[in-house]
Amino acid sequence: MPMVYLTRKCEFSASHYYHNPEFTEEENQRIFGKCANLNGHGHNYTLEVTVKGDVDPRTGFVVDLKELKEILNREVLDALDHRHLNKEVPEFATQIPTTENLAIAIWNRLESRMHIARLHRVRVYELPDLFVDFYGEP
Amino acid sequence: MKAHLTRRYIFSASHRLHCDELTGEQNRAVYGKCNNPHGHGHNYALEVTVSGQVNPATGMVCNLLELDEAVRREVQDRFDHVNLNLCPEFKAAVPTTENLSEVIFQILQRTFCSAHLERVRLEETAMNSFEYCGS
Repeated sequence: MPMVYLTRKCEFSASHYYHNPEFTEEENQRIFGKCANLNGHGHNYTLEVTVKGDVDPRTGFVVDLKELKEILNREVLDALDHRHLNKEVPEFATQIPTTENLAIAIWNRLESRMHIARLHRVRVYELPDLFVDFYGEP
Repeated sequence: MKAHLTRRYIFSASHRLHCDELTGEQNRAVYGKCNNPHGHGHNYALEVTVSGQVNPATGMVCNLLELDEAVRREVQDRFDHVNLNLCPEFKAAVPTTENLSEVIFQILQRTFCSAHLERVRLEETAMNSFEYCGS
């Protein structure tokens, strides 16, 4: 059967700041700029999750979209939407919530629970002109 | 962990597609309206994709300010609001968006060393886009 890629898109809004306690204040300012403001700021993120697989000959589906949507809601949106990433999402207790780390965190949340299809790509838009792709590469 | 980061930029330029080795009639047949003698312009949207290991100290593939600065200096300052046909890069090549993608890729590969350049994607209009990932 031919491999088909299916992409589901969703949005979430969250706040964050970039700050590494091992850097001096000057280094934090130089490296992270306005993002280092400890009062935080927010974005409307767009998430695109791409799964791949053979088309089921009985249903014509790569994946049951209802199930995919449920997994995305439960594992990603419930945890991230309208949250402060630094303060409320465990991955970012020790990591800086950059778009790179956010894409990796979302991949890790989905991969272990994605029994219905194979995860191919996680794309996170922080802004319309800035996005990160993660393919699970080490 | 290896991630790919893409940033989008805008610049506007004019061009005329014309090949000196073809006759006037052949140029009109190949390039159509793009061969009109006084040229025309586009708002180009450039997507630059870089990749690399995410630095554990910064959480970043590369510093975005450095990428923005490199693209501004090397691409936007060079090609924004100019006639591409008069640029040295197009002295011997037709400024199609295919060739422009390749030129931009080569310029950035030479001048931006903070991450691996994966791909340049250039939208000439909302309907046409071109990608170059190196030879």
